[in-house]
Amino acid sequence: MSDQTVSIIFFVLIIALTLIVTAWASRHNKSTSDHYVAGGKIKGWQNGLAISGDYLSAASFLGIAGSIALTGFSGFYLSIGFLVAYLVVLLLVAEPLRNLGKYTLADMLAARFNTSGVRSAAALSTIAISMFYMIAQLNGAGALIGLLLGFPYWLSVILIGILMTIYIVAGGMIATTWIQIIKAVLLIAGALGLSIVVLANYSFNPLALFGAVENEIGYQALVPPESAGLVSSLDVISLNIALVLGTAGLPHILIRFLTVPDAQTARSSIITATWIIGLFYLLTPILGYGAVLFVGQDEIKAANPAGNLAAPQLASALGGPIFFAFISAVAFATIVAVVAGLVVAASSAFAHDFYTNVLRHGEATEREQFRAARYTAIGISVAAIVLALFAQGLNVAFLVALAFAVAASANVPTILLTIFWRKFNTIGAIAGILVGLVSAIVLVLISPSVLTGSSAEAAAAPGAIIPVEPLSPFKNPALFSVPLGLLACVIGTLLGGRGAEREQEQGIQTDYDEIYVRSLTGLSPDIEEELQEASPPQESSR
Amino acid sequence: MDSHRHEEWVAVERSPSFQEYARKRKAFLIPATIFFMVFFFGLPVLAAFTTVLEARAIGPLTWAYVYGFAQFAMTWILMHLYVNRANKWDRLVERARREAAEEEGLAR
Repeated sequence: MSDQTVSIIFFVLIIALTLIVTAWASRHNKSTSDHYVAGGKIKGWQNGLAISGDYLSAASFLGIAGSIALTGFSGFYLSIGFLVAYLVVLLLVAEPLRNLGKYTLADMLAARFNTSGVRSAAALSTIAISMFYMIAQLNGAGALIGLLLGFPYWLSVILIGILMTIYIVAGGMIATTWIQIIKAVLLIAGALGLSIVVLANYSFNPLALFGAVENEIGYQALVPPESAGLVSSLDVISLNIALVLGTAGLPHILIRFLTVPDAQTARSSIITATWIIGLFYLLTPILGYGAVLFVGQDEIKAANPAGNLAAPQLASALGGPIFFAFISAVAFATIVAVVAGLVVAASSAFAHDFYTNVLRHGEATEREQFRAARYTAIGISVAAIVLALFAQGLNVAFLVALAFAVAASANVPTILLTIFWRKFNTIGAIAGILVGLVSAIVLVLISPSVLTGSSAEAAAAPGAIIPVEPLSPFKNPALFSVPLGLLACVIGTLLGGRGAEREQEQGIQTDYDEIYVRSLTGLSPDIEEELQEASPPQESSR
Repeated sequence: MDSHRHEEWVAVERSPSFQEYARKRKAFLIPATIFFMVFFFGLPVLAAFTTVLEARAIGPLTWAYVYGFAQFAMTWILMHLYVNRANKWDRLVERARREAAEEEGLAR
């Protein structure tokens, strides 16, 4: 049996498992709420695993392992950034979002700003972020599956596209959540298995592993890269801003907090997720350096210039074709699951925010909403597949960085000011989202990621996009676009429209005292009932 | 704006328990956020503008890795500190609700 046959058997097993889960979930996917947030009935540990699943994308598993293998410590920056970013989510955003939101990120902003402008702007940024992220994932997946199974790029992309559409249309958020859970367990098992085998060769002493790396490729693999001037240092800082703030604006992560019944469950899911995510990232140097020692940098570069196959190659070197097939199947499950989560986020922004609330003014029936949610999921999937097919052969890894930058610049300032700034108004919210979104995109369009250089050599390089000299030297826009987004919120509020109090009198903004109390406490908007329930028994007639 | 509704929210906001909760929350979150942001950006800034992280710490392990691993410990510790506090604050929220209900009951 050839290696590819073993791999295909594992792939088929995993696909079968996810389809069984979807078939089971489809019997429970009966309402709009089930479809968007699994009816808010996910348990704490389940949600903790599902958050980990959403968090640990192929970029985390394949990308970081490869990056550490080829660039040493700089790859580990990504691990640290993704993990610490979780603190921003946890401390500043998760609970207020849970307390104010229903299905989407825009719901939270709309709890305060009752206008279609704010909702549309928030939906637009959610769709943009999810699309960028999805195209990058599908593009990477197409190339990856091509290498692992020998399928052509287009077939891999369409296969993943069909699978994710089935999961979501049939099983909604319930299926997506369980697929994330399965994937998280497989991914942790795979990474742990690989790490244990690597460490066993160094009598379970991580320091010995580091020593071996130093002997093999030198001390520079263990320290941050030498600064190549101010621009590159600032670019690294800019990347870290996008990572640490952007995660708190990623819609597919944030909607996870809406799938649990109450704040206590949200917190218990956070404990599970933080430990799993942290332990996983702690293993990434072992995977990356293990690949250097057991596969070798030249072999890794030969298979994929970015090192994306380092983890499967390590599995093959340590455990032969079966281990290789298992790790490849885990990588595949990782991509499919994350893409499915992104489709839920993007399609709920379109169906719930645009269709139900903007076009139909919130008056669509439950059946119409449920149908819209499913049709939109198909539409979003098809759009992502078509765009990913066009992106074949282009180096679109920068789209992930762009998704984080847009999330950090467009969503995070607006989310924070909605909760914490009494004077914030609708013009400020719309301006902040649009300026953050547009400035991040424009800065990337004029950067070396897209304008890949005009020399004959640069134009012929694999993955080149537009052969023109870049107008900006920064690959990561967050250093500039986050302050621009924040500034637009403040300037829009101070110069544009009416004051927050006038807006509240006119009913286009909710009373800030209400928003403030609700965001901190999770009391329902029906304050009358909340107080009656809480009134002491002797005064209550119940 | 519905002024009765507004009064009820303000009643919750002004209740002693809510005030205590909001104060405690702020007293934890503001220093915690400043601390983890400074600690986090300390790594890329030190790496970009100094060479201190390039020295050896323990055997072949560099200070860059020691600093990196310390961020893991920080994340876990802050997460547990926050969750423990937040679970205690829930009682204050419950009390604030009762206090507001009593005040509204007396006012009516």
